[in-house]
Amino acid sequence: MRALCWHGKDDVRVENVPDPQIINPRDAIIKVTSTAICGSDLHLYDGYIPTVEAGDILGHEFMGEVVELGREVKNLKIGDRVVVPFPISCGNCFFCKRGLWSCCDNSNPNAWMAEKLWGYSPCGIFGYSHLTGGYAGGQAEYVRVPFADVGPMKVPDGMDDEQVLFLTDIFPTGYMAAEACDIQPGDTVAVWGAGPVGQFALKSARLLGAERVIAIDRQPERLELARRESDAETINFDELPVLDTLKELTGGRGPDAVIDAVGLEAHGGSPDALYDRAKAAAFMETDRGHALREAIIACRKGGTVSIPGVYGGFVDKIPMGAVMNKALTFKTGQTHVHRYLRPLLERIERDEINPAFVITHRLNLDEAAHGYEIFKKKQDNCIKVVLRP
Amino acid sequence: MAATERETLSRSADSRQPPRSLAAQQQNVGTLERWISAFGGGALTAYGLLQRSALGGALAASGGYLVYRGVAGNCLGYRALGVNTARHPGVVSVRQAVSITKSPAELYEFWRNFENLPCFMDHLESVTVQGDKRSHWVAKAPAGMTVAWDANITDEHPKELISWHSAPDADIENWGTVRFVAEPEDRGTVVHVELEYRPPAGKLGAAVARLFGEEPNQQVQEDLRRFKRLMETGEIPTIEGQPRGTRSPLGKILSPRS
Ligand SMILES: NC(=O)c1ccc[n+]([C@@H]2O[C@H](COP(=O)([O-])OP(=O)(O)OC[C@H]3O[C@@H](n4cnc5c(N)ncnc54)[C@H](O)[C@@H]3O)[C@@H](O)[C@H]2O)c1
Ligand SMILES: [Zn+2]
Ligand SMILES: [Zn+2]
Repeated sequence: MRALCWHGKDDVRVENVPDPQIINPRDAIIKVTSTAICGSDLHLYDGYIPTVEAGDILGHEFMGEVVELGREVKNLKIGDRVVVPFPISCGNCFFCKRGLWSCCDNSNPNAWMAEKLWGYSPCGIFGYSHLTGGYAGGQAEYVRVPFADVGPMKVPDGMDDEQVLFLTDIFPTGYMAAEACDIQPGDTVAVWGAGPVGQFALKSARLLGAERVIAIDRQPERLELARRESDAETINFDELPVLDTLKELTGGRGPDAVIDAVGLEAHGGSPDALYDRAKAAAFMETDRGHALREAIIACRKGGTVSIPGVYGGFVDKIPMGAVMNKALTFKTGQTHVHRYLRPLLERIERDEINPAFVITHRLNLDEAAHGYEIFKKKQDNCIKVVLRP
Repeated sequence: MAATERETLSRSADSRQPPRSLAAQQQNVGTLERWISAFGGGALTAYGLLQRSALGGALAASGGYLVYRGVAGNCLGYRALGVNTARHPGVVSVRQAVSITKSPAELYEFWRNFENLPCFMDHLESVTVQGDKRSHWVAKAPAGMTVAWDANITDEHPKELISWHSAPDADIENWGTVRFVAEPEDRGTVVHVELEYRPPAGKLGAAVARLFGEEPNQQVQEDLRRFKRLMETGEIPTIEGQPRGTRSPLGKILSPRS
């Protein structure tokens, strides 16, 4: 089959590789019909996440048709159309039983590696470095899905791929980030990053009753999308000072909740952002924390800092004094996608949202390398790329 | 359990296991450790240089050494301790525990049938039950060698505990206890393993030392992890046998950014 393989920084290639096989009794093989490139993939493409190996197949946002089932998968049939959550979760462990699906104890074969870095290991993730298991991803014609009796959800007939594809990750991710904000009537939620995750965070904050949502980014087309789709107020951080503008927009109180939908590759020209660039280049800091720091400072007293943006290692100069003295609450995590599949599918069915609004590019899998490049460089107003094998 | 099924179950979790033996690696600092070491070292150096004092200088020097270790992947400290070459004589003790969402009875029952143990104990080749209290154990050693011993159950409380001691003519004298302790509410069971062994002298001793690696605690921890996974999910998650693209001639690329 054809699959998109990682070969180094800025180097991904579609190659011919063997077809996946059933390995364990709870596996399924899915023939991929649609798959997407995520901001998380860019962290691999840009070389920010260690333990990716040349030849690893990427991709964790994918859906398709069941073509083969392990003997223990009883709830699916050959031919079923399914969406597959990006976290691999067993459904049996302490964490899965509590709905903390992305904290599954059992799905990461390389748990020992993650334990060295983080104390304990999160779940395995498709196509997301050997720290989270080294599972072959779904930017391919076929993919092996472990614990297929727990993860994949059947898609109702009559719904097309583009309506449901983002249930695999970014819609639940934006939604969980907004849910973490415990939105009350009248609340203002500010979102750093108007990429796909930011867009879903803005829209979800609206669905959950936020009075105002504010988007912060520097890509005009992304800010424009936030205005159009979520009726967001927008701040272009290249043009306006973010903290002062937020203060003014909120009458000096600050947003009730802030969402960091940027993650470890924040851009910026401020002294702390330059510090991050220098330290990250010298391997003295792994992650660049500018957006997170700014969000913490901007947040109102007693507010919530919700962090869907991905961090991998260490961030310097977290303003802990602000966190403590303003009585802030932190909420974060890889998304517990399984928890949101049905409720969010229902929202799509009720026409409360059509997740396809973020898609700007539809490419063939063979053009995946080009997709990565334009998504990274934000060329051609690229916001979200969907690939068809 | 059928032999083929057991083979599937005992398949290792990934081609890359935790470093068993530092000696087995040309570079004795694991790749991830190197990553962490390089960052930690960088921070230490930066911090040390800021302190304009003798202490600061010393910190910076040791920080510099950590960076060297991170880059070179070879640790003079480990060498000096002799960790790369030999074990200390005497008894080796291991204590590990794992929490499993099953009842003590279920776990005890699976474990008590010792012939099940090679499903999740990586270095065990086979266990043959020879009587109610006696069993024969064979473990894989490097270079196609095996080590074998008979073991006797010395104490046993159903659903609670099993203690054993190897028979006098064992290749490797070993003894220990596994306990199954119920957790509160619906949390399941904590399995505690305490095990000790006396590596024999001579060539066989060297093989045993390598068999159990330099990190016996880590090995037992990984065995218990596989036990947990098998008991909770019915299988041992793995990526062995999945497709991948062309490997680069350089092999693994640790940190792609540079
Ligand atoms: N928690 C999860 O489970 C989960 C799931 C999916 C994605 N993510 C993470 O969410 C983040 C966003 O994903 P995405 O797909 O939207 O990525 P993306 O790269 O398309 O979007 C990031 C956006 O942040 C903007 N940005 C950069 N620096 C900024 C700054 N200082 N202030 C404000 N905006 C800034 C960029 O211009 C870009 O538009 C990534 O870190 C991704 O890994 C997390
Ligand atoms: Zn994603
Ligand atoms: Zn689990």
